[in-house]
Amino acid sequence: MAEVEDTLKRIQAQHGVIGTIVVNGEGIPIRTTLDNSTSVQYAGLLHQLTMKARSAVRDIDPQNELTFLRIRSKKHEIMVAPDKEYLLIAIQNPSE
Amino acid sequence: MSVSYKVGTVKSKQSPNVNTQPKAPVVKGVKTTGKKKDEEEGIDTADGEEWMQGKTLVKPPDQLDLTEEELKEEITRVLTANNPNAPQNVVRYSFKEGCYKTIVFVDQMAIHFELEGNLVHKESDEGRRLMAKHTEREDCGGDERLENVPIKPGKREQKVTNQFNFIDRASQTLNNLPREISCQTEPPPRANFSATANQWEIYDFYVEELQRREKSKEKQESQFPNKEEDRSKKKMIQAEAQSDDISQLAKPAKIIERMVNQNIFDEVAQDFMYFEDAADEFRGEKGTLLPLWKFQYDKAKGLSVTALCWNHIYSDLFAVGLGSYEFTQQERGMLLFYTLKNPSFPEFIFNTDSGVMCVDIHEQLSYLVAVGLYDGCVSVYDLRKKSDQPMYNSIASSGKHTGAVWQVKWQKDDLDSNHNFFSVSTDGRVVSWTLVKHEIVFTDIIKLPPVDKVPDDLKNVVATAGTSLDFHKQKDHHFLVGTEAGKIHKGSKYYSSKFLEMYDAHFMTVSCVRWNPFHPNVFISCGWDWMVKIWDHTINSPVFTFELKSSVTDVAWSPYSSTVFAAVTADGKVHVFDLSINKYEALCQQKVVSKKTRLLHIEFNPVHPIIIVGDDRGRVISLKLSPNLRKKPKEKKGQELPKGPEVEIAKMEQLLSSLR
Repeated sequence: MAEVEDTLKRIQAQHGVIGTIVVNGEGIPIRTTLDNSTSVQYAGLLHQLTMKARSAVRDIDPQNELTFLRIRSKKHEIMVAPDKEYLLIAIQNPSE
Repeated sequence: MSVSYKVGTVKSKQSPNVNTQPKAPVVKGVKTTGKKKDEEEGIDTADGEEWMQGKTLVKPPDQLDLTEEELKEEITRVLTANNPNAPQNVVRYSFKEGCYKTIVFVDQMAIHFELEGNLVHKESDEGRRLMAKHTEREDCGGDERLENVPIKPGKREQKVTNQFNFIDRASQTLNNLPREISCQTEPPPRANFSATANQWEIYDFYVEELQRREKSKEKQESQFPNKEEDRSKKKMIQAEAQSDDISQLAKPAKIIERMVNQNIFDEVAQDFMYFEDAADEFRGEKGTLLPLWKFQYDKAKGLSVTALCWNHIYSDLFAVGLGSYEFTQQERGMLLFYTLKNPSFPEFIFNTDSGVMCVDIHEQLSYLVAVGLYDGCVSVYDLRKKSDQPMYNSIASSGKHTGAVWQVKWQKDDLDSNHNFFSVSTDGRVVSWTLVKHEIVFTDIIKLPPVDKVPDDLKNVVATAGTSLDFHKQKDHHFLVGTEAGKIHKGSKYYSSKFLEMYDAHFMTVSCVRWNPFHPNVFISCGWDWMVKIWDHTINSPVFTFELKSSVTDVAWSPYSSTVFAAVTADGKVHVFDLSINKYEALCQQKVVSKKTRLLHIEFNPVHPIIIVGDDRGRVISLKLSPNLRKKPKEKKGQELPKGPEVEIAKMEQLLSSLR
């Protein structure tokens, strides 16, 4: 448990990271470093997208599994690492 | 008058007078029919008379039989307008005369039909009353009706005017008061259910089902001990479900950390994979080292890197041993594992009580790590376990080294398939340690011979410190030990009393000795006397000697070529040599750290063209070798380039033979 906390703190402290969000299985953010409305928005949208991506990967080969999802946009990069129940989202500005 | 009558046409009609006698009907009938006959005579006279005359007289059966005289008798018949039903002999008592008297005049009126009409004279009382009512009512209504009223006061009520004098009769019955009774039941429980059925969901379900079946089979086999386990499991499961627990996020968190790092060090990662210095073509023989990642742990700042070791199975993982070479500054040590995928934080961190002096990772079982400490202990860590404590520790063991352990090396599993490793330390002993179940057992292999300089009587006391140890790659029993005195001893595991060979290598401490990974006869050594020497173990003197301008702290052969090696010196430079290209000079002499930082160790990555160097500030720097440093022998035109270790051996052999 403490390891995970440490890792999350380290991620947040890394260069260019704007925020991290931990989302539970229902799409509700349970831990975040951003403000509430942004977190809820990110959580809801990315949760759906991850479900869709996971479904796509597994449909092609049921023994396969989604490891992570990266969305690179003009302004920043959103990284999503899914777990069985949870979802970890990190938003980074990679150009800095 | 001609009395003729129709047969059977005796009609009884209602006529005002019938003073009849038995014959009268006949007469009457005749009379009445006479009219008709007169009418009909006009139509068919000729036929009728004849028809009539043709018939014989028929007597009705009930006709009275009268005599002729009686028949001729004339009877008078009178037609009067009297009511035959009216009483003729009404008698009333007269009080005047005191007797009954017959009344002559009797009412003769017979009422046949009576119908009460509803016309009321407008001058009569009732008419006037009705008119008054009507006008009252019609004051509210239109004027037309008022006009109609005097005309038809009675018919107002009758709406339907038809020939049948339709009368609308209606009656109103008592209506029951309407009551509403309703009943509401509890609705059945509803639940919304939605699901998707994809191929992977079906697959998941089957996998779970299989697991469940296997578990149930296992449970059937061993029922009793499982009950207790189940109870404890249930408790654990409850506790986990209650807390909003993110400890299962360890893996995703790690992935995100690596991704974030990859973004930060994106250029470095790209360089690592793809960059090949194009300028090397113009440099002739020379090559360069491109700095890649820097690995630093802030808690390790005060310590020096004392050991580096790559993991053979996971070629991006390496171990860093941290401690101190200063005799006076002995505090603590650390063992860190870094991966190239995450340069900002180590993967594994182990703290030790005293400085780590050497590290070796088992070649096959890469989770076993042997560590030698400054206080003479050897420990074995198991990376699969999460604890900070080593799996085995030789602290309590009796065969513990009395001096700092300078090198540990894993060996192949012995005959009992126990893991074992060798260590050499300042006390001059080469010891083999075997991991037997939960213990570590030592076996003294050999003791280093004492230095000549030591006076004879102290030879048993003053030990010759061994500083480096290396085992031959192919002939496993041969090993080399470098000493603090500058000598290199070649020994064998089978001979425990004596060394096979001794080489006068350096004037000062031998800091590193290593066998060539390809050629079986060649080894390299370096020492603090600024020298790097390459030997053929059959010859007592070095084949090649190189002088670097500062004390050489470490040297390593490259895994891809038998003639390439690199050395690090205390002035912060890395020297890379390729003997097949240049036998006298280094191809690259590059300073990779800032002033006053000593480089202490160097290791080549077994797979990728990078090297890691450790310095005395606890930092590890990774560098990429430029193409010139990685040259394979040029193929002649048309000839296929043979690959493999044989080529390397041949290359080295060629070199050596040229010198003999």
